[in-house]
Amino acid sequence: MKALAVMLLLVLVLLASGGGRALVASPSGAMAAETVSAAEAAVGHPGAPKLTPPDYPRYGGLNSRVVVWVAAQLHLFFAAFVLGVPIFVLAIEFIGWRNRDPRYDRMAHEFIKISMGAFSLTATSGGILVFALVALYPGLFAYLTGIFGPVMLLYALLFLAETACLYAYYYGWDAMQGRRKPGHILLGLGLNLVGTALMVLSNSWATFMMAPSGVDARGVFAGDVWAAVAGPLWTPLNVHRFLANIAYGGAIVGAYAAYRFIAARTPGEKAHYDWMGHTANGVAIVALLPLPFAGYWMTKEIYDYSQQMGITLMGGVFAWLFIIQAVLIGTIFLAANFYLWCGMARLDGTSRTAYLVKYIAGVLVICFLVWFTPHTLVMTARETAALGGAYHPVLGPLGLMSAKNTAVNVMILATFLTYQLFRRSMVRSTQSWMARATRLQVAFYIAAVANIVWLGVYGYFVPANVRIGLSVPQVATTLLVIVVCVVVDEAIASRSERVHMIHWGRMPTRAQYALFTLAVAFTWLMGLMGYIRSSIRQHWHVYTVMRDGSADAFTPTIGHATSIVSASTLVFLLLILFVFWLSGLGRGQAVASGPVAAPATP
Amino acid sequence: MKVPRAIRPILVVALAYAIVEAGIPAIGALLKPGTWPVVPAHLARIYLFFIANVVLLYTAADEVLWGRVRGELRYFFGADEVRVVRTLVIAAISLAGGYVAYDAVRPRLETPPELRAIHPAPPASFSIGGKAYDLSTLNNPLRADKSKFADHVKAGAELYFKNCFFCHGDKLDGKGHYADAFHPRPANFRDVGTIAQLRESYLFWRIATGGPGLPREGWPWMSSMPIWHRFLSETEIWQVILFLYDFTGQAPRVRDS
Repeated sequence: MKALAVMLLLVLVLLASGGGRALVASPSGAMAAETVSAAEAAVGHPGAPKLTPPDYPRYGGLNSRVVVWVAAQLHLFFAAFVLGVPIFVLAIEFIGWRNRDPRYDRMAHEFIKISMGAFSLTATSGGILVFALVALYPGLFAYLTGIFGPVMLLYALLFLAETACLYAYYYGWDAMQGRRKPGHILLGLGLNLVGTALMVLSNSWATFMMAPSGVDARGVFAGDVWAAVAGPLWTPLNVHRFLANIAYGGAIVGAYAAYRFIAARTPGEKAHYDWMGHTANGVAIVALLPLPFAGYWMTKEIYDYSQQMGITLMGGVFAWLFIIQAVLIGTIFLAANFYLWCGMARLDGTSRTAYLVKYIAGVLVICFLVWFTPHTLVMTARETAALGGAYHPVLGPLGLMSAKNTAVNVMILATFLTYQLFRRSMVRSTQSWMARATRLQVAFYIAAVANIVWLGVYGYFVPANVRIGLSVPQVATTLLVIVVCVVVDEAIASRSERVHMIHWGRMPTRAQYALFTLAVAFTWLMGLMGYIRSSIRQHWHVYTVMRDGSADAFTPTIGHATSIVSASTLVFLLLILFVFWLSGLGRGQAVASGPVAAPATP
Repeated sequence: MKVPRAIRPILVVALAYAIVEAGIPAIGALLKPGTWPVVPAHLARIYLFFIANVVLLYTAADEVLWGRVRGELRYFFGADEVRVVRTLVIAAISLAGGYVAYDAVRPRLETPPELRAIHPAPPASFSIGGKAYDLSTLNNPLRADKSKFADHVKAGAELYFKNCFFCHGDKLDGKGHYADAFHPRPANFRDVGTIAQLRESYLFWRIATGGPGLPREGWPWMSSMPIWHRFLSETEIWQVILFLYDFTGQAPRVRDS
């Protein structure tokens, strides 16, 4: 089925590549080409066509925009998942190989098994998306194909390579053990390289539509495909999606582990899926930590490219959707922390650091409230009168990015501290230098939070550009603390005695719902932010170059947009449940001997 | 008296409610005397929802603590000796729920909340009298000649006090003589959330085209700004912009590249 979908994709691209030019060059109707300019004649490419409603085929009562929207969203959900999972699967497999621990190998194999189930749906949804684009937006597809034809062909070939690598990687797993393992790991590396190449190629089409490059103001393509690919937003989007795919993959396989944990019947199964859920949660959180900064960088580049898009995004009509985004991100942090707090139950006795959880919860609350407080408050006339204006003297300053950056950095540190406390609960310092190192860690935390808060406050007294730049030292501070603490923890763990065994499987069932929540919140968030990113083009197919001439060339209401995003999320979750069920068929023997009590480093 | 475990989360949420409903307005009243800056209802609801969730999750995260809470709840909802108290509590919760539902749907004359964007997105370009301005490349031409900067600022100040100060105030804080008559109130240029966040080209567009130049999301016109290009020349608008930044000590946002 996958091979068929790839071939269909290839044929469609070829057809559209040839047919598209004919469509643009057609002299009839509104699709008629403009008078060929000297530039067009020189480079041999037509400009962007000026489309009108008759150029958009309609099929019954179908809403073209909604069809393409849902198809694209579903494809992106699946694609993000199948591209993200192999990245950490490779890392886990590598760790298992280096440590000669078959449990890691088994877990990595099970992770990729879920990805296999979703791969067919990725190809299918991609095929539906291409069909929908060709059928419903032929003018746009033809124009994009005229520019990205070679890239699309390369994409199709890489998709074949991805299929081959994935099949060989998955089905060759058992055969390539022992001395063949390095070869299997190299195969996994190849799979990830091809997957990443696929992602960055398809990203170029999306970023071209947002910030076109390689074309002039009339959309005439100069002939340099690389210039069209490497637009101003390409790199930030690549980085953002790369990280987000890992986090998303972790969240989805975490939900799978939770699903299996709840359904498990033996202690061995429970232990295995508990460990799997813990690992998946860790993967999702580790990838999530730098994600706000990658997003911030991309937003900054968007603003720098176009003030109009930047303000539409953050200060204009889409600003309201960022309130939902803030709630979802808060939910993700809270769910991840709750799961880690519950994880203390796996340790013997009471953790020596469990009392700190209440303070971490308090810090999370304060940070979230700052993170959530919008720049523009939605108020009734009575509330406005009570305030004596639109500006709130207490909450107003919290709406600026200085406050947001401060809050998110502290929130990340608090989340990392939770994870660190769990790890440190297992060991006891046996040498005097270890106590000094722990005090150093505490000092680092205090100094880091003080520095982050100070930079945040300082941001209110400097110009906007300097303020934006202050996010860099804030992030650097956070990352420095994390790196220092990991290094110190590793040094202590390797030279101290263990006081607690980890009882995998000794986890309350309610904690598994936190993993479900993570998967749902991530999916919803991706759908929401994807809509915002795409829609800040407003009435343009290709920003400032090719107008949307269809009847749908308007920004939908917030309610309508969130309904479509929610429907897409629901459909994806139902399909992924089907994938979970498929992945569970024929399992069982592989987990029968999973770890029940193990001193393994989590 | 030792407070039952099951009651503690409720007390924490009640304390948070008091802070949101009274504490924050009280601090706001100190900062802005003569007002009672309430937390807008939609925001307060989400604040409290999140706080309640964190409190609940914290309670549920620890197996021992959660066991105690469940034990107390089982006792409260099952023991005969607390039947009267239980009935009263259930009645109180039901009545409170009924009141909340009634309060949410009862007819009232209050205008609904407004989804107003403080900085409506500008167009990519606009034109005045046939001259097109591309906002992505538009810069203040008066900044180029440093020797005349002070003269331009002075000219901008005169223009401001002849035209703008009636609404935006002599301190540029949005408290002009007419300010109270407008909703929304005139912009406070001293606030770091206004002109300090924007490029000069944005201010030029906003001043030149005024309220009628606002995009759709700014409609119906939520601005009393006149269309100043009908009264001021292009140079004069740039001079006023120079003055706004110079007087407030703010710096305009600039393109990085």
